Amino acid sequence: MGRDPLWMRTFQVLTGTLLILWLVLPLVPLAIWSFARGWRFPSLLPNQWSTEAWTFAFSARSGVLEALWTTTLIALIATVLSILVGVPAGRALGLYKFRGKGAVELLILAPIIVPGIAVALGIHGVFIALGLTNTLMGVALVHLIPTLPYMTLVMAGIFANYDPAFEDQARSLGASPLQTFWHVTLPAIMPGIIVGGLFAFLVSWSQYVLTLLIGGGRVVTLPLLLFNFVSAGRNDVSGAIGMIYILPGILILLLTARHLSGRSGAVGGFGRV
Amino acid sequence: MTHVSIRDLTKTYAGAAQPSVDRLSLEIPSGELTALLGPSGCGKTTTMKMIAGLLEPTSGAIDFDGRSILRDKPESRGVVMVFQNYLLFPYMSVADNVGFGLRMRGLPKAEIAARVSEMLALVRLPDLGRRRPADLSGGQQQRVALARALIVRPKVLLLDEPLSNLDAHLRLEMRDLIRSLQKDLRITTIFVTHDQEEAVVLADRVALILDGRLRQYDRADLFYRRPRDEAVARFFGGQNFVRGEVRGETFEGPLGRLALPPGLTDGHALLTIRPEAIRLGPGPNALEAQVVDRIYLGTQTRLRLRIGEVPLEAVVSPDAAEGVEPGGTMTVHLPPGALWAMGEGP
Repeated sequence: MGRDPLWMRTFQVLTGTLLILWLVLPLVPLAIWSFARGWRFPSLLPNQWSTEAWTFAFSARSGVLEALWTTTLIALIATVLSILVGVPAGRALGLYKFRGKGAVELLILAPIIVPGIAVALGIHGVFIALGLTNTLMGVALVHLIPTLPYMTLVMAGIFANYDPAFEDQARSLGASPLQTFWHVTLPAIMPGIIVGGLFAFLVSWSQYVLTLLIGGGRVVTLPLLLFNFVSAGRNDVSGAIGMIYILPGILILLLTARHLSGRSGAVGGFGRV
Repeated sequence: MTHVSIRDLTKTYAGAAQPSVDRLSLEIPSGELTALLGPSGCGKTTTMKMIAGLLEPTSGAIDFDGRSILRDKPESRGVVMVFQNYLLFPYMSVADNVGFGLRMRGLPKAEIAARVSEMLALVRLPDLGRRRPADLSGGQQQRVALARALIVRPKVLLLDEPLSNLDAHLRLEMRDLIRSLQKDLRITTIFVTHDQEEAVVLADRVALILDGRLRQYDRADLFYRRPRDEAVARFFGGQNFVRGEVRGETFEGPLGRLALPPGLTDGHALLTIRPEAIRLGPGPNALEAQVVDRIYLGTQTRLRLRIGEVPLEAVVSPDAAEGVEPGGTMTVHLPPGALWAMGEGP
């Protein structure tokens, strides 16, 4: 096995560097802003440094910690609900043939294709009638619109490579339906639940419009708070909140880079559509 | 020790015009090893799954020792099915696979561990408990699957094509293992196969199923010597069929008058003789045959013969076929004891 030619290696290093810069560079001013007291054009760096923004962000006055908690709770609820719906839906799509399967697949994808706000406007009316507007639960429910397609597609990919005869085998060896699910089905689909669940968590974490519409400004999540400070021109506080805001994404990316590389087959669902 | 009684068992899948299993009735004596034999898609596996409780019959009854089991859930029937591809749980060690059924029954850990090592020794894999199934050979996986089934002491053991995934030399080894375990533990065992050789070498009794219907249910050797009709005979490699008339101990037909063994029913009949029962040289029922073709098969030689207009096939040892050339003629004889006259079939 010879090594790739020089121009190929150069190309690889170059594109890799570009990609990392593309992702990381926008975050640099954000980080600098969070420690800046004043930073005027055309200075390359702030005139004065300070940790004031961070102190403020972690104070009760700013509401950041409360919003962090609200965002986490909503994302967790949306993730759990996505798993509860997405696993059986993915099983049906991955394992069985039935009439209208193509239409169902399209409908599940629809929230990714159709702008969420169009759907949410319709749901808004329904949620008013049900008393779900301005509530945390209502926001978590509406987040299912964008989270469910990811969860369902990941699970459909998992189940397409799954042999349900293992369940027959377990039953035949004396396992009850519940035991069969716990000891046989769940371990087999766990990679999909983890990857799909992380997707769902991040998608819910980054919702702005749906939260604003259904939460009516009463349910304040981090992106809403961030937007407030951005519109108010508080670049330093926005920088600090922004840093907090991107933290789960980076953590999850680091933890699951292996699964997301496509080698595990856990994201096979995307290949099917 | 469980007597299995199947009566008029029928399964028609939703949307199918023909039933997959059509009014199947079988009595499987306690402790016997019975083969369900038939071509692929003849309803054998469907029958097994109905016994195991993994499929619901459309109609009919299945009794164990006179008690219907159709209402029992799969996990409480005392039936364990071993699938053709073994289905070892890939994320469990071999020992955890074997102990699975006992864990589901909530047995204490120490007892499970003891019974697992006992069972692994029984299938001659004593040191592999900590391996993963993927690290085992096909034959070893098969034995683990067998151990996992036997450890729960099933009343009835179901095996799906137990030898078909194995190499020739492993087949004999596995056959001996299955037979000796089955005789020692005296578990009523039913296995399905499409391979008549597999059925014959393994089973006490064979149930031949063609097109979802039971065609013959007998000791294995009788399928060769006493087939019920032409389809059964052909499934077991029968080649020679001659139409004619049985009168007492003679048969009148295109081969002239042949002597028959006593006890055959008078009337129209289809006469058959196994290719390997035809003898070369003079003897009772001697005939002058034209040699059409000679096919060397290694341990045997197959001769295509023609007697008048009647084609016959004979299988003889290569030594006996020495000097027999296509185009020549020779004397063969049909020993009366090897002749069998059957009804002309459905």
